[in-house]
Amino acid sequence: MTRENEVPVIEARGISKYFGAVTALENVSLKLYRGEVLGVVGDNGAGKSTLMKILAGLYPPNAGEIFVEGKPVHFRSPKDARDMGIEMVYQDLALAGNMRIDENIFLGRERTRRFGPFKFIDNAASLKQAKEHLDKLKIEVKSVRQRVEELSGGQRQAVAIARATAFDAKVVIMDEPTAALAVKEVRKVLDLIKDLKNHGIGVILISHRLDDIFYVCDRVMALFHGRNFAEAPLSEVTRNDVIGWIMGNKSPVAQAAKIFDLN
Amino acid sequence: MAAATPETMTAGARERSLRVRLIPYIDRFGILFIVLVMLAVGTITQPEVFLTWRNLSNLPGQNAALAALAMGMFVVIVTAGIDLSVGSVLVLAMMTTAVLAREQVLPPLLLVPIPILVGMLVGLLNGLGLTVLRLPHPFIVTLGTLNIARGVANLISGGVPISGMPEPVRFLGNGSFDLQFIQLPVSLVVIAVLYVGFWLFLQYTRTGRHLYAIGGNPQAARVSGVNVERTLVLAYVLSGATAGLAGLLVAGRTNSGFPNAGIGAELDAISAVIIGGASFFGGRGSVLGVLAGVLVIGLLRNILNLNNVPVFWQQVLIGVVIIFAVFLDVLRRRAGSGNE
Repeated sequence: MTRENEVPVIEARGISKYFGAVTALENVSLKLYRGEVLGVVGDNGAGKSTLMKILAGLYPPNAGEIFVEGKPVHFRSPKDARDMGIEMVYQDLALAGNMRIDENIFLGRERTRRFGPFKFIDNAASLKQAKEHLDKLKIEVKSVRQRVEELSGGQRQAVAIARATAFDAKVVIMDEPTAALAVKEVRKVLDLIKDLKNHGIGVILISHRLDDIFYVCDRVMALFHGRNFAEAPLSEVTRNDVIGWIMGNKSPVAQAAKIFDLN
Repeated sequence: MAAATPETMTAGARERSLRVRLIPYIDRFGILFIVLVMLAVGTITQPEVFLTWRNLSNLPGQNAALAALAMGMFVVIVTAGIDLSVGSVLVLAMMTTAVLAREQVLPPLLLVPIPILVGMLVGLLNGLGLTVLRLPHPFIVTLGTLNIARGVANLISGGVPISGMPEPVRFLGNGSFDLQFIQLPVSLVVIAVLYVGFWLFLQYTRTGRHLYAIGGNPQAARVSGVNVERTLVLAYVLSGATAGLAGLLVAGRTNSGFPNAGIGAELDAISAVIIGGASFFGGRGSVLGVLAGVLVIGLLRNILNLNNVPVFWQQVLIGVVIIFAVFLDVLRRRAGSGNE
């Protein structure tokens, strides 16, 4: 199931990022194809979140290039990335709790109507479209007029995903979307990811939970100390392989020993 | 914690759900209730004076400056900020206008926008101090400009009152439209236009929505593509503009510029905003609430004056009202988060 001849929907080549004297990423590359779910694993501080924030336009890289559908891009802000169809669901969700669900979904892209020289927010359209979009994703909430602070963790996660997918996203990046969820909410979010995949959206999933990775991903790649460490289609790896990658070890024997130690 | 019996648990849950259900109403109508109570108290204690047009038509003039200051302060507080400089901006705007009027360097009509422009300039400095200099909290930069603006106001005026404002300025601050039976104060119309304008701006424009989002979660606003820095600068420019407008109204009303104007006015403005239900932590509150907050302070002073209550008691009561209003905010937050 190699797709080498296809143009990736997003590709990063040779990305490096330094924070002062600290090297967060060194010459890291990544490819993601349409309708593919790529799992990104690595220990804390391996550089996963930094790489994703670069892809989402939040940080500029110190070196390297990003291509969207084969064209080189330079994101100066998350807005640039969103305009190109690259969306990110942040680990802390980045929702404004004081605002309604529809206001959060359309934040930064409010629906407006023109009245002479003025543009006013079209609340009716935004409520209606938000409702339709949530229905499409099979997300249940009492009302889209609810403030986000009134929602459960799973519902908030769903709203964050709804916001990321409301505008013809090509790529949705998710940073630990299940970390803070109750067990039955986890399955919903993972099924949502499968839904996105079926709609042809490329998904990058960062997760510490191997259950998540093995449930939804097509391919898995590991970062270790800010570098590309290993990568394979999911069908060709075992959990123990992936655990080994996270710990920076590719040899199955040494790996087994370490797992034995830990458990 | 001791294990609760099923009975007490249901009782507790019931009580809590009642409280939770009441909160939105207290939230929405609590302040209106306070205004109604005050109107009743005013009418009962001074039946012959309070509800007369002569008394009530004084309220806009006396409180127009506060209403203007509070509006701008509200915009800043929505972003979880604070603008301590507004009282000083008021006096700087006023004295600049007074000096220019005395020197007769500009045609009278052109003096009208001057105080507002002065206010916007100081607001711009506040905004840039916050976003470009990255001063840690708006308290700092606006505390700085509080001193700077008042100092400059004294420097340009020599620290003495200057009397004599041109006709257009006096008209705005002290004039009235003759509507057959009643005299409609011009300052009331100015404030009405201001409040309707800000209501439309905050509720129905993208930038208005972004101000609330920044107050709720600045990081969420940023990653959603909101230009947080530019929006914050705008908030402080607007606050400066309304403070300048307040200076214009006071100058017109008193037909002069005086260096003591606006001392402590920033605290009155903050009080009005907080009494009106805005959250000090940002992201919450409405223009109608601000109007109610201004009314509460205005009515309180008016009623106490009519009843010959010493001015010191006014301070005490306004303090009590502030604490009561913020206590309502605390109750609401507890109910709102639902996980208390």
